[in-house]
This record gives sequence, structure tokens and C-alpha cells, in this order.
Amino acid sequence: MKIHEYQAKVLFSQYGIPVPRGRVASSPGEARDIAAEIGGRLVVKSQVYAGGRGKAGGIRVVNGPEEAETAAHQLLGTRLVTPQTGPEGVPVSRVLMEEASDVARELYLSLLVDGPTRLPVMMASEAGGMDIEEVARSTPEKILRSSIDPAIGFQPFQGRKLAYGMNLCGGQIGDAVRVMTSLYQLFMDKDCSLAEINPLVVTADDKLMALDAKLSFDDNALYRHKDIQALQDKEQEEPLEVQAREWGINNYVKMEGDIGCMVNGAGLAMAVNDLIQHCGGRAANFLDIGTLNNTERVVNSFRMFIADPRVRAVLVNIFGGMARVDVIARGIVEAYQQMEIPFPVVTRLEGTNLEEGQRILAASGIDVIQAKDFYDGARKAVEAAKGAMR
Amino acid sequence: MSILVGENTRLLVQGITGGEGSFHTERCQEYGTRVVAGVTPGKGGGQHLSVPVFNTVERAMAESGANASLMFVPPAFAADGILEAIEAGMPLVVCITEGIPVLDMMKVHRFLRGRTTRLIGPNCPGVISPGRCKAGIMVGEIHLPGNVGVVSRSGTLTYDVVSQLTGLGIGQSTCVGIGGDALPGSTFVDILELFEADRDTEAVVLIGEIGGAMEQEAAEFIGHRMTKPVVAFVAGSTAPPGKRMGHAGAIITGSSGKAADKIEALSRAGAVIAPNPAEVGLTVRNMLGGS
Repeated sequence: MKIHEYQAKVLFSQYGIPVPRGRVASSPGEARDIAAEIGGRLVVKSQVYAGGRGKAGGIRVVNGPEEAETAAHQLLGTRLVTPQTGPEGVPVSRVLMEEASDVARELYLSLLVDGPTRLPVMMASEAGGMDIEEVARSTPEKILRSSIDPAIGFQPFQGRKLAYGMNLCGGQIGDAVRVMTSLYQLFMDKDCSLAEINPLVVTADDKLMALDAKLSFDDNALYRHKDIQALQDKEQEEPLEVQAREWGINNYVKMEGDIGCMVNGAGLAMAVNDLIQHCGGRAANFLDIGTLNNTERVVNSFRMFIADPRVRAVLVNIFGGMARVDVIARGIVEAYQQMEIPFPVVTRLEGTNLEEGQRILAASGIDVIQAKDFYDGARKAVEAAKGAMR
Repeated sequence: MSILVGENTRLLVQGITGGEGSFHTERCQEYGTRVVAGVTPGKGGGQHLSVPVFNTVERAMAESGANASLMFVPPAFAADGILEAIEAGMPLVVCITEGIPVLDMMKVHRFLRGRTTRLIGPNCPGVISPGRCKAGIMVGEIHLPGNVGVVSRSGTLTYDVVSQLTGLGIGQSTCVGIGGDALPGSTFVDILELFEADRDTEAVVLIGEIGGAMEQEAAEFIGHRMTKPVVAFVAGSTAPPGKRMGHAGAIITGSSGKAADKIEALSRAGAVIAPNPAEVGLTVRNMLGGS
């Protein structure tokens, strides 16, 4: 789960990581008031879940309350399109108003759990700023890494090595170690999946400050962080995906095609989408119904397909293991009983309790197209979508 | 022979009295797996599915001689259950549980260092050596004893591939689901090493997916250390970049996570790439027929 920059900066402040003086505004009037209060030169930053805001025009530098009001007026209510969003962009409903800093140097700092070593790794670079991804690609040696042993936590010597490696000096060393130690603490306390400060700046008066703040969190750990969960801004997400979650379908990703897919298991769901494309069609979504055995989620999957106007055919591909085919079949029958299904449905069922599932489908008399195997299911779904009228 | 589980496996089920635990313990018993003990804290002293239940793994091992554990503990408590099994010296732990927080698993990995337990999973279907032992939630009947090893990050996609193999009369030595999480207990390389050393395994099927770099590590191993032929498929070619596709590991970040990069690395290492997920079995048959 992602949160906004202004929310991340509140957490940074709680952990003692210095951030610029500022506040969030959701109207031009509010922006004006905050600008008057802070005074001087300000940065007006669009609050969206996507990166690349600066280059997309989502960040403005202003002088005084009037300019602040104008900038906020221009940004609020628009949709920001960056390389990290789709062409439809994401809505700007809030802007963060911050005191502008005199920047001497831009550094980079981040923390994540590294797959191969299975350890948290702190990454630091003296080449921070907007082009850090290019730096990582072309000059990876400029990204310093330090693996952390979770049994003892982040140690001061690790911070010093990184700080000296970034060519910091004097009092900056101790400041940098404190920022890194705090970032690690925050990361562990809140079950982050990524903590990133880009840029971490050295100001003209020799202070370290987090000019940007990006935090994302492990969805599997949200159950123990109600405070973080409450920060979620659903407006920033794909509406169909938000709807899916409300209906208990956590693994739904909207795609661009017209074949609605309901599959158990993420790997199989990806493979089904691959196979549909191989057969000349395109999936409307990725949907892993998971392994909980209740018919409600099956019925809700059908609600999702109906809610998505692009869906012209549906492929249900279930290979029961933990999920039981009889429950899936009962769910399909319930869906047909509860709503008008306006598209052809192809089913390919295998695995745990298959016979009972087949019996339930046959006894119900509903009109589904049965496929004999994986390939057959994809092919029939592609055919059905081509011939379908909706 | 086979790898990880076989005739000598004495299985303990952690979380045996829960709904999923009960259901799948019975399926394992029906398959012929020797389930010798169960653990559910607070329910020790009783019997469940004709199996004695204990409060702790340590006690269960001492009384039953269990040498492998299958875990159905809910995600909030699963890491603790794994740690308990590791501490008790359990040689093999197969964790089915889906949704364990990454930081919990990171602690598990730290604790595993210098200890002898082999962890499979979490978020996986388990391990089966067809005709010998099933320690997992896969459907037993789709398997056929034989000489092809299967290792996969996916659960249900593996069932599909296995049923393709069985349909073509190609049996399996052992099928291992290493799980879809970002920090799996065992990696492709860990399992490929075991298959390479297993006399009964003649060829290996590897099912990868987008995210992470485990397939590239596997390619490195296949290219330099593996003598047995490998057929590979990587799921997620059509996944949109930057999107999370269900498995915690299946996020495309940077170039190494993309399906095309993984396929290229595996292909360069000499693995035969299946053209689509429905033709993995055929690809194995063609390869074995030609060699």
C-alpha cells in the first residue's frame, strides 16, 4: 500500500527525520493562508501516488500567498499524467505547501528488503535527484549498499561508511547516521516494503533534510497497522480495483482486453492471460480468487465482470487444490441465479472435488461453455469474445 | 529415490485441527503419507483424524519421530510456527500459509542461518513424490511416479503442468512448489541442486514467473552446474509493468523482473523454453524423445 508524501513526512517528523516546514492544502484559499503563514519562497507539490511529478509539471515554486493561491488553483482538481501513471493520469486533490530550501547537494537514500540476501538493505548515493533511475542503470557503482542484520539492527558504523561514501563531512556525518537509523526504525516498526528519500538534501546552511518522502507498506502486514491502513487514499487507485477489494477480491488488476478472467492462483492467472494472448485475444483483467472457499467471492467476481463494460466473454479457469471445485461451481450457479449474465461464460474446471462440481453445474441447467483443458478454455474464450454481443 | 519427501517421511501437521489443516491432512493420509502427529497449542493430549495432537513441536517430534512438518497456521502466527519447528530441529518444514508479512519471514531467514532445517514455502502447494508421499495441498491423483522433477513458484499452474505430463505418460520424481512470496525458504537453485544429485530424476521442469531474479540465478546454475536437461516456462509475459500480480514476488521492478529477460537468461543457459503454458508437457516429451 502506498501513502502520500505529506503523510510520509508526518511519519518522518515523528521519527526525527528533518523535513521542510509545511502543510497540506486542499483548496486555493487554504494554500494562500499557509503561504502567508510560512512566508517567503514556497514549493507547491501535487499529492499523487505516482512518481515523476516534477517533470510532469506537478511541482511549482512560488513567491508569496497570491502566487501560491494561483498555483494551487491550477493544480487542484486536475489529473496529473506522469510516466508512472496511465494516460488517464491521477487526480490531484491536495497540494503540499512547503518552505523552499536552498539546496547545496542532492543525495539519495532508500531502504528495502533484498530478495537474494533476504536482508534489509540501505542504499545511498551522492547522485540523488530526478535522474536516480538513470544513475542506477548507467553507473551502478554510484549506488552504495549496506546489508543490515535484523538481529542487531542498523549500526552506526554502517551509517558512517555510507555517509563518508557520499562524501559528506563534519557534522553532516552524525546527521546522516541519525537519519538512516531513524529510517530503519520506521521501516521495521511499520512493516514498510520501501522507504525512500529522494532527494535527501544538504542545505546551504549545512543541514540535512528530506525534501521528498516515499513510503509503501507490506499489504500482508496491514492487519497490525490500523494507523497506516487509515491513510489509504482510494481516489488514487483504479476504481475497478478498489471495487474488487471492497467485494473481498484482493488480487484484481485491470488490464486492457475484453475477456474477463477468474482463476485460482497468481501463477495460473498470469499464465491464463498469457495463453489468451497466445490464442489471439486479450484479458480484461487479472483475477486470482485465492483459496478461501466461499461462493460469495465467485459471485462477486461475476459482479466485477458486469461492472467492467469492456468484458465480452468470461473464462473461469480453476485447478482446485486448496480451492474446491464444488464451491466454485456452486458460486457460478448462484451468480446466474442472482443476476443476468450478459456474456458467454467458458469454464475449465479441474482438481479437488471435480465430480461434485460438474454434477452441480449439470444439475443447475445453466448455459456455460465447458472446456476440456487449459488450451481449449483459452481458445473458446477468445472465440466467444469475438462472436459476443453486449 | 526422490527428493525432500519419500517412503521414510514421517509427517507432522502444524495447525492440524483447523479447517484447511483437517481437510488436507485427510487427503495426505488417503494418498498414503504417514501422518504421525499434529500440533495445535491448547489441544495437546487429544486425537484428531486418528493422529495424536501435541501442544508443542518439540514434544510431538520426541513422541512421534516426525521428520517433516506441514504448516497450515494462519498468517499472523505462521512465522512463529516455523521458528518453533526450526528450533526443535525439524529437518524439513513445508509452509502452505499465504500472506505472511515479509519482515516476519526475514526474521525466519535470519534464524535459519547455521541451522539444519530446510524450509519450503511459504505460500506454496507443498511437495509430492508421486506414489510415495504427499506433503501438501496438491491433488494427488493428477501425479504419476516417474523421472521428471518439477519445481515451480506457482501452485495451480504447477497442477496444470503436472497433469499435462501425466496425460502424456510422463511421470514425476518429485514436484516442489517453492511458493510465490518475495522471500521463499528455498529457491530454484536449492531445488535444482537436489534434482541434479537425485538418481531418479532425469530431467527437470522449471516454472517461473515475473518479479525478482530467482530465474536468472537458476539460469546461472543450469548453465554451469547442471548436467540434466531442463524445460522452462515463465508466466507473466503479458503482465503490465509496475503492477502487482497477486504473488508478493510477482512485481515487475527494473529489467530483471520481466518475463522476457528471464526467458532469455534461461534459454541462453541451455534450458528449452515452452512456447506457452499449455504446451509444457509437449515440450518435455519432444525434448526427452530427441535426447
